[in-house]
Amino acid sequence: MKDRVVITGLGVVSPNGVGLAAFLEAIKAGRSGIKFYPELKELGFSCCIGGMPEISEALKRDYFTELQLKDFKSSGILYGCIAGLDAWKDAGLAINERPDYESGTIFGAGTSGVEKFREAIYKLDDKQVRRLGSTVVAQTMASGVSAYLGGMIGLGNQVSTNSSACSTGTEAILMGYDRIKAGHAQRMLVGSCSDDGAYVWGGFDAMRVLTYKHNNDPEKGSRPMSATAAGFVPGSGAGALVLESLESALARKATIYAEVLGGEVNSGGQRNGGTMTAPNSDAVQRCIKKAIANAGIKAIAIDAINGHLTATIKDVTEIENWKIGLNLMADEFPPINSLKSMVGHCLSAAGSIESVAAVLQLKEGFIFPNINCADLNEDITALIPADRIPQQLVEKDINIVAKASFGFGDVNACVIFKKYKNK
Amino acid sequence: MMDKVALIAELKEIIKPYVQDQEAFGKLTEETHFITDLKINSANLVDIVLDTEDKYNIEIDNDSMDKMSDVKSAIGVIEEKIAAKG
Repeated sequence: MKDRVVITGLGVVSPNGVGLAAFLEAIKAGRSGIKFYPELKELGFSCCIGGMPEISEALKRDYFTELQLKDFKSSGILYGCIAGLDAWKDAGLAINERPDYESGTIFGAGTSGVEKFREAIYKLDDKQVRRLGSTVVAQTMASGVSAYLGGMIGLGNQVSTNSSACSTGTEAILMGYDRIKAGHAQRMLVGSCSDDGAYVWGGFDAMRVLTYKHNNDPEKGSRPMSATAAGFVPGSGAGALVLESLESALARKATIYAEVLGGEVNSGGQRNGGTMTAPNSDAVQRCIKKAIANAGIKAIAIDAINGHLTATIKDVTEIENWKIGLNLMADEFPPINSLKSMVGHCLSAAGSIESVAAVLQLKEGFIFPNINCADLNEDITALIPADRIPQQLVEKDINIVAKASFGFGDVNACVIFKKYKNK
Repeated sequence: MMDKVALIAELKEIIKPYVQDQEAFGKLTEETHFITDLKINSANLVDIVLDTEDKYNIEIDNDSMDKMSDVKSAIGVIEEKIAAKG
C-alpha cells in the first residue's frame, strides 16, 4: 500500500467548460469550445479560431484578492490557479495556516504572463523601467503559476514548474507521482497551464501548422483523425490533479478518483527522424512500451487510449506508434479519443486538461466521443477498425486508460491510470 | 500648500489597496508605519510610489522613495516634490 499513488482531487479550466461539472457535461455531450476571435483576424492571422476559457470578473474574485488582480495580465496563471485551487478543494484539503511540508506542487507552463511581458517591454523601451510596478517578475517568471499556488495554499514541499512543450501536463503528473512514490511527499498538486491569445499562438500561425480552413465554422475546425484534418486549432486553459499516497488518502477518507499506476517520459533525441518539431517514432513506441511495463500491466488490459492527436498529418503516425508500442492486433486495439476535437490543442495545458478528462472517464464510466471525424482518415482505418474511434458517447465501466502527450523538442510522456479498487 | 489633513486623506486612498491590516488602517496617524503597522508587502511600496506619482504628477526619485516608510515621511516627500514643481 505504501507505494501506491492515487488521485483525490481534480480541477479544470477548459475552453468548453470551467469547473469539473461543466467540463464533465461538455465532454460527454461532445461540445466544442472553439470560437472565432476577431482580434486574430485583425492582426492578420491565417487561423482566426481558438479555444479560450471564459472567466468572469466575479469568478476571478473567488480565487484572487483585489490586490493580486491589480495590473494582473497573466492568463496562464489565472487559469492555473483556478484549476489548482479547485483540485485542492475537491480533494477536501484545507488552505494551510502554516506550511504543509508534506504537500507540494509541480505545475507546468510553456510561457508565463506573455501579455504582462509585452506591456513591460513597451514601457521599458520607452525608458520607463522604473515604472514597471512590482509584479512583472512574479507574473512573467516561468514558475509564476506554481509560486502563486504555493502561496495561496501554503505548500511546504517542493514548489516548482516543469516545461516540456505540449507534453508538460502529462510530465507534471509523472514528476509528482515519482516524488510521492520516492517518499519525499504525501501530496502533490500537479497540472499545467497555458497563456492564451495572439502572442502565444502567433508563432504557430507563422509555422503554418494551424488550420486556416474553418474561420467560418470554428466548431468544426479541430478535426483529429479526420481525412480533412488541416492543422491544429490553438487552445489554452489549465488542468490540475491532486496526487496523494494511498496511505494519506485512506487516512483522510478522501474520495479516490483513480490510481496512477506509473508511466514513462523520454525523448527521441531529435535523431532517427525526430527533429525539433517531429517525433522519432522509435522513441514514442519505447515510451509507450516502458509506460505499460512500469505500470505492471499488459497492453491488452488497456480499455481506452487518450491520444495526443492534434489534427495534423502526424495523427496517422501516432496511431501506428500506439499499435506498435502496444503490440496489439488491429482487432485488439482499444477505443481511442482526442479531447482536442472539442477544445483544440491547449499546448502546455493539453496534457493536464486531457488527463482530467481521462480520469473522469474512469470514475464515471464512459468514453467521451471524438467530434469532427465523421470522415475518418483512411490511413488510420487501415491501421485500426473504425469503430475504435467512437463518435458517440460510450457509457461503460472501464478499468485502465493510457494517456500520452508529445511535444516540440522530440519529447514524450505516457501515463497509465486505473480505476481505484481497494485491495 | 495643500492642507495636511486633506493630503493624509488622499494618501490613505492611495495606500488602501495594499494594506493587509485593516484595523491599523482604521487607526492611521502620521506615525503609522507602512510595513510594520499596515503590514504592506515591501514589494508594494514601489506601487505606492508609482500611484503617488500619477496622483500628483510628480516624480519621486529612489532616494526620496527610500525615505517613504511611514505616513509622515511620505507626506513630507509629496509636499517637497509638489513644491519643487512650483
